[in-house]
Amino acid sequence: MNSVAEDCVTDEALRAVALNRFEYHRILERLGRQPNDLELAMFGSLWSEHCGYKHSRALLRRFPTESAALLVRAGEENAGAVDIGGGLAVVFKIESHNHPSAVEPFEGAATGVGGIIRDIFTMGARPIALFDSLRFGPLDDPRNRYLANGIVGGVGSYGNCVGIPTVGGEVVVEDCYAGNPLVNAMCVGLLRHDGLIRAEAVGESNPIILVGADTGRDGIQGATFASVEDPENSARGVVQVGNPFLEKLLIEACLEALATGAIVGLQDLGAAGLTSSLVEAAARSGAGIRIDVDKVSRRATQMTPYEVMLSESQERMIAVAQKGRENEIVAIFDKWGLHSDVIGAVTSDGHITVSEAGHPVAHIPIDQINDPPEYRLAVEFPGYLADVNDLDLSAIPEPADIAETFLTLLASPNIASKECVYRTYDQTVGSNTVAGPGADAAVLRIKGTNRAIALSTDGNGRSCYLNPRAGGAMAVAEAARNVVCAGARPVAITNCLNFGSPDNPDVYYQLAEVIDGIAEACSALAIPVTGGNVSLYNEADGVQIFPTPVIGMLGVIDDLDLRVGIAFANAGDLIAVIGGVHGLLDGSEYLKVLHSAIKGRPEIDLSRELAVQATCASAIQAGVLASAHDISNGGLAVALAESCFAGDIGAAVEPGSVSSRSDELWFGESPSRILVSLSEKNLPEARAVALSQGADLNVIGRVGGDQIVLSDDAAISLEIARDRWTTGLAAALSGKPAKQ
Amino acid sequence: MDSVHALNVIGGFETDIRWHRDTDLTGYDLIVIPGGFSYGDHLRAGAIARFAPALRAVSEADARGTRILGICNGFQILLEAGLLPGAMLRNSSLQFRHQWVNLRVDANATPFTTECAPGKILRMPIAHGEGNYFARPETIARLKGDGRIVFTYSDLEGRATPGANPNGSLANIAAITNERGNVMGMMPHPERCSEAILGGQDGALIWRSLAA
Repeated sequence: MNSVAEDCVTDEALRAVALNRFEYHRILERLGRQPNDLELAMFGSLWSEHCGYKHSRALLRRFPTESAALLVRAGEENAGAVDIGGGLAVVFKIESHNHPSAVEPFEGAATGVGGIIRDIFTMGARPIALFDSLRFGPLDDPRNRYLANGIVGGVGSYGNCVGIPTVGGEVVVEDCYAGNPLVNAMCVGLLRHDGLIRAEAVGESNPIILVGADTGRDGIQGATFASVEDPENSARGVVQVGNPFLEKLLIEACLEALATGAIVGLQDLGAAGLTSSLVEAAARSGAGIRIDVDKVSRRATQMTPYEVMLSESQERMIAVAQKGRENEIVAIFDKWGLHSDVIGAVTSDGHITVSEAGHPVAHIPIDQINDPPEYRLAVEFPGYLADVNDLDLSAIPEPADIAETFLTLLASPNIASKECVYRTYDQTVGSNTVAGPGADAAVLRIKGTNRAIALSTDGNGRSCYLNPRAGGAMAVAEAARNVVCAGARPVAITNCLNFGSPDNPDVYYQLAEVIDGIAEACSALAIPVTGGNVSLYNEADGVQIFPTPVIGMLGVIDDLDLRVGIAFANAGDLIAVIGGVHGLLDGSEYLKVLHSAIKGRPEIDLSRELAVQATCASAIQAGVLASAHDISNGGLAVALAESCFAGDIGAAVEPGSVSSRSDELWFGESPSRILVSLSEKNLPEARAVALSQGADLNVIGRVGGDQIVLSDDAAISLEIARDRWTTGLAAALSGKPAKQ
Repeated sequence: MDSVHALNVIGGFETDIRWHRDTDLTGYDLIVIPGGFSYGDHLRAGAIARFAPALRAVSEADARGTRILGICNGFQILLEAGLLPGAMLRNSSLQFRHQWVNLRVDANATPFTTECAPGKILRMPIAHGEGNYFARPETIARLKGDGRIVFTYSDLEGRATPGANPNGSLANIAAITNERGNVMGMMPHPERCSEAILGGQDGALIWRSLAA
């Protein structure tokens, strides 16, 4: 056992590196000596919540991660890799960039996109699609509008320039995200199985090449910054500036360099810069690493080793080359106009050794720095739940005018068309986009095959706030339902867990329960978790965000001919609901928008969910459905309207007396329901499928006309409804009051 | 790569991808400068790329009468290089715009559009931030008089209305040719709509015209 070195660090010095005294003592114990400032900062970065997952690691082990389809399991590499057949694999991951975006929305969002793209091509995959799940505070506040427009601008600017289509995502508005917007970006890549490359530092004496941008003073300690509360009070200097064209060159150069076979490991630089990349790469192989900071090209003069090792300058990668072949690699980087330096080599001593002018300035055992403490807190049932779960419908008057209520909902930012946002994103570059934003799931064809992949990102902070466990399960179920509606089989998820401060017992309870809910749904639906990201300390002015897991779902379409969209296709087709017509108002958009109430206790029955999805999937495979659309925000009426808008045709439905309340019937949001349309001649087969899978299938009306007719309750012209739906979000984002 | 896919699969061409530092482009029947963000659109779209050595070779190919097609950023580069008249301003919305647009075929006596019936309405996607075509009134008048406006943003009835104009282009111009007719620049992306699975195949008309 090491003798414990003397404690001689001030509270202030520890706060600066986001370590507490307990952690500091552990470092003393492990090193058996006093760390110098550089070493302490390196520990601080890797032991930050952002890199070290101190509060979440123990909980994350509850996720099911086994599946025969996985080529790379959660935690092994930068992202999960999933076999999609035909010798091809998909690499995908979602990650947050919440804190930087709260301070500098445009660059924060842009570099979030840049970072997740690097996670994908670092594995040898060509990035083929981006998704962005965005959450903002109320848009009647100019500060939230500034954040929202900046974030949308940053997302578009980076993705458009780097030449990867943005094909889906979310835009959600909720009070709790004021001052702490959420920016979750997902990137999807495609590769051949034999093209997979590990992010590990292997082979003693193999040279380590740093390529891309020069290293500057930007973003120093960004990882620790993301691990403290209230980013608005932090310095803007920790946010980096992105250069998407440089990233484009890096993608092409790295993929070309990988094809030579002279690279044995490739790793991107993200949070905590060189420090975390090198430590992670060495930890994967069990090797050591020697770095000479003098060899690192810099943007600024007189940078200290501390600044070089912790800089988060964007658009940088490290490549571990086969000894003797480094010139081949450097020549490829040169061809693409990229600067690269050999900055060190792999060693066998199990340490990261940083030298300046020939003298070591840091020398830390990899296994010690890469093993942050793990916190398990007591899980206590939160007091707030009893209050918010108590939904007394007798105190909620039914709408006097269903038509007017319907139009109000169509114009509310969470339901209104997101076209004003996604039309600023290039959705079709790459010429693979079969279905883009606005569909339940984006569909990308795989060139040279009749195969496609379908992807969706879904989160529901409000349901998770009201019932964390069910909410976590509902996010998985909805994401799966969305890809099923496109004709795909769900095969794997990535997840981004956005939460408040884990030191708050309510938040820790939410974290534990949401993770359990995700795990339960993944087990029930037999979908493994391939990895993801945790973002804690999302709060502003003492307000914790709703617990917001965002699920990125990957589905595979084996035969592109058997695919449907959300659009009603033919006048005269029958309209039906799989999974039961009746909806409940708990946590609904209706209660929030019309009654300013965030109340109730949403629930999900996973066996029913499975039956509903199996029914829809089998019916699509049998070719009996003309359209399929998940019923979610705004309930049956809104799902109906969306299928009408997409098909540019009206519909009339008459579900009968399935509910005692008209608002429950039209605007209830119970999960596990799918709105479909089908030709009358296919009805017997559809019924047979539903019967064999154990789900309800109720015919409620017909496609046709130029109105949306909701029984005797409302008949609204398609034109007027579409106008409200199209202009609602655009008006809110521009700060102009919505049309009445 | 999107254009190569469309050229190979739809047009049946054999294609080479040439590097921006290449100086010899002899021996080709067709040169396509595809879309993209050359040099990150720094300064102005196409403003730096026009100085690439390959652009000198493109000018030489133009002098030999080789057919040259610039799509989106390729159009912007051809304007910057002076191979086509006029310039691109930022979209009047000041935003990047991705959307499907309707195009009226105004000229089919070009090697790029022989398969497009005059007056026919084509549907193609656009994806750009600087596609607002601008030129002096006399240039616009000459383009019109010479029949060098190839595609015009229009509504489904073929009317060039302000509502059908996605970027503020003068005279709703979406594509033009040079005087000799061997160089065409177009903002919409035919390579992204050449197969039914991608939501439209009007782009295939361009590749078929070129292959004819």
